[in-house]
Amino acid sequence: MARSNKPIVWSLFAAGGTVTAFIVPVLIFVLGLAVPFGLLSPDDLSYAKVYGVIAHPLGRLIMFGLIMLSLWHAAHRSRTTVHDLGIRNDHVTAIICYCVAGLGTVLAGVSMFLL
Amino acid sequence: MTHQPYVRPMPASWWMRQGRYMRYMIREVTCLFIGLHAFVLLIGTYRLSQGREAFEAFLTALWSPAGQLMSTAILVMAVIHSVTWFNLTPKAMPVWIGDKQVPDWVIVAAHYGGWAVVSIVVLILAGRLS
Repeated sequence: MARSNKPIVWSLFAAGGTVTAFIVPVLIFVLGLAVPFGLLSPDDLSYAKVYGVIAHPLGRLIMFGLIMLSLWHAAHRSRTTVHDLGIRNDHVTAIICYCVAGLGTVLAGVSMFLL
Repeated sequence: MTHQPYVRPMPASWWMRQGRYMRYMIREVTCLFIGLHAFVLLIGTYRLSQGREAFEAFLTALWSPAGQLMSTAILVMAVIHSVTWFNLTPKAMPVWIGDKQVPDWVIVAAHYGGWAVVSIVVLILAGRLS
């Protein structure tokens, strides 16, 4: 049987799809909308408090995992959607999509060390 | 005479022809907003690492009218992603207990329940941090 990287990217796609389905709506609401809408006070997202949560080893691990899985989910689905739109150059599409996800994963890893 | 495989011509706008194709395409395009959200988190984490002023500048930009528009778009598309993802879960991952298949609606309902719990816990924690 021919070797294929399909199971790896598909499992990242599926894991990312599941994790983001649970967490992204509430997270973007808390981060981006709750304070402007007056549901949370700016103090709830103060530097000291957010740093305390994210810079904790567990916080770093979770944030890195969430960013990485989101990117690989988006990359794989973008790749198949580009194909659906009639662009048949799948090799180029795959390289571009997975390179963006790979670069983002590296940058996320670096950011966790900078914290 | 050479034999080329026949590729049926398909206009790039095929998905605009029917409501269900359109819904399929919207579901697939949610991934761009999931990716955008990942970059928001990435930039936010990086700005957090640069210190207080950088992080506050990040939040000011995120809470600007343009930032709110982006967050609203992410929220709407993320909710569409969650709903379509959970509704498909029993098809992608059927669950068997012994020789009986767990009904689809039980699997879907369990995911919606988990989604509600996660959302409420995050909201309470965010409010409690102060």
